Amino acid sequence: MATALAPAQPMLVNASRFRAAHAAEWERLERLVSRIEKRSIRALNDDDLLALPLLYRSALSSLSVARETSLDRSLVVYLEQLCTRAYFQLYGVPTSALSQLGRFFVHSWPAAMQALWRETLVASLLTVAAAIVGYVLVRGDPSWFFGIVGDGMAQGRDPSASVETLRQTLYGKHSDMLATFAAYLFTHNAQIAIFAFALGFAFAVPTVLLIVYNGLMLGAFMAVFVPKGLGYNFTGWIMIHGTTELFAIIIAGAAGFRIGTAIAFPGRQARSDSAVQAGRTGATAMGGAVVMLAVAGLLEGIGRQTVLDDLSRYGIGLTMLGAWLLYFYLPRSRNGVVPA
Amino acid sequence: MAWFRRNRDSKRPKGPPSLRRSFVTPEGVDLQIELGGAGVRAAAFMLDALAMLILLIIATIVIALLLVASKETAFGILWLIGFFVLRNGWFTLFEMGGRGATPGKRIMGLRVVARDGARLTGGAVITRNAMREIEVFLPLSFLAAQTAQGLADSFLTIFALCWSGIFLFFPLFNRDRLRIGDVLAGTWVVRTVRGELGSDLAISVARERRVFSEAALSLYGVYELQTLEEVLRSGREDAIATVAATIRRKAGIADDADDRGFLSDYYAALCVRLERGLMVGRRRADKFA
Repeated sequence: MATALAPAQPMLVNASRFRAAHAAEWERLERLVSRIEKRSIRALNDDDLLALPLLYRSALSSLSVARETSLDRSLVVYLEQLCTRAYFQLYGVPTSALSQLGRFFVHSWPAAMQALWRETLVASLLTVAAAIVGYVLVRGDPSWFFGIVGDGMAQGRDPSASVETLRQTLYGKHSDMLATFAAYLFTHNAQIAIFAFALGFAFAVPTVLLIVYNGLMLGAFMAVFVPKGLGYNFTGWIMIHGTTELFAIIIAGAAGFRIGTAIAFPGRQARSDSAVQAGRTGATAMGGAVVMLAVAGLLEGIGRQTVLDDLSRYGIGLTMLGAWLLYFYLPRSRNGVVPA
Repeated sequence: MAWFRRNRDSKRPKGPPSLRRSFVTPEGVDLQIELGGAGVRAAAFMLDALAMLILLIIATIVIALLLVASKETAFGILWLIGFFVLRNGWFTLFEMGGRGATPGKRIMGLRVVARDGARLTGGAVITRNAMREIEVFLPLSFLAAQTAQGLADSFLTIFALCWSGIFLFFPLFNRDRLRIGDVLAGTWVVRTVRGELGSDLAISVARERRVFSEAALSLYGVYELQTLEEVLRSGREDAIATVAATIRRKAGIADDADDRGFLSDYYAALCVRLERGLMVGRRRADKFA
């Protein structure tokens, strides 16, 4: 059978008409989106900025129409990709770093801490209980000390050390490496805080172990210093930075508890929703704990080496603790707060 | 309308699990986004790890040289803080930026977005990357520790590898390729594809088009039409010749030695016919419909 021929006709199908009518808009949208993707939203002038949402909506409606009326798959796929790119530029982009940082300190961090009060309390009680256990264990049998505190950590501060050596460790100066020491302490502790948070995923069990171990060490050291009559001095030595540092570790642990319990006991929520909520709250608190550890590193590396008077050490430590507590738990208005 | 959905699902052919997910914008349009597959994600991570390693090595050498030259302890601090920021900040800071992607992800065409379509918040980014500690760095440090001690305790090594393997291969065990960090942060990683708009195949041509009989045009449905579109766009001569021969044989049309012209005319004519059906609500999905 031979094929008949028909004269050329313009615009056979919908896709052609549709392309002719809207291609210019799509191209403009694509140019704008590409410019934002390559540089930033600031690369657009006012006209383009005002046109962007309109172009986006018209592309979306083009997509809906094309899906229903056109069989040109290349057109539909193109519009899908274009709309997705535009969507992420319009809706998915985080706000600027500076405003995010501002909101973190003004709203998100205290809000996360208030939401975590129960876990924070539990972590504090665990630390205290573990410290008491550590103290009692080492007082009862000094050999426990080496089981709890590693040799590297003890640095000669063990039960057999003389009063003079111990006093030296509390008031001695190692001024040569002050700042380096502070930096080392900060990075080391911050890494542990992040670990305590992340390990909460395993139903919080490793986090509990970490918190308990931290308390045990504290108690073991107390048991070395207190019998030598240095309890008051040691408390001052540890307090100047410890109120901040231990608090930060407790917060990181609390964040880990929150994740673990949210996954194990989601309550009325779906498990995944509960995990997401706990994860975001916990991460905010954990990020704050890293900031606190930076402060603690400065207090420990510099403050403690330069402030040698016990009373000042107590004063600084208690002031810091009071400041943190006020900052976190002082009731404030929740107007206009967007959850992190 | 649960019964309706089930009904439609059962009709769909059982293919390999797709990575396309429905994603409805506030305007009510389903964008059908495509998730990043495990292979692409792993490649992106490798690129990032490589970049971090190179940066670390270069920075270490430079700082070491400066330290030796000046005997200034500030460089030691710089290294310590720099290492910390690199380890914990590389992913977080890049993903918090406007692009929602680390350099590795950008190269592989990936982007982190919130699963609910909302703004990607700092809290979510910190969560998804803090979990890398137990997903990546923990197994690495286990391995490093074991290598340092020799293989004295192989049972512990095996246990540690199993434990970290659970986290490492977690994305392979769920439909949406979520890492543990993604699960907790409420994010997922999508592909950012930038396609060009293909040319219009049914555009008006300054020549006469072939006319096809009703019988020849009623052979195929939308699925075949779009396959034909792919063949025409790919421009592979052997594929075009095969498809043209098949259509001619089925429709009983004589060979006129112009395969491409024949196929584009057939495409246009079929498209017109199927679109007319669409207009009156008759969507012929494929040739069996």
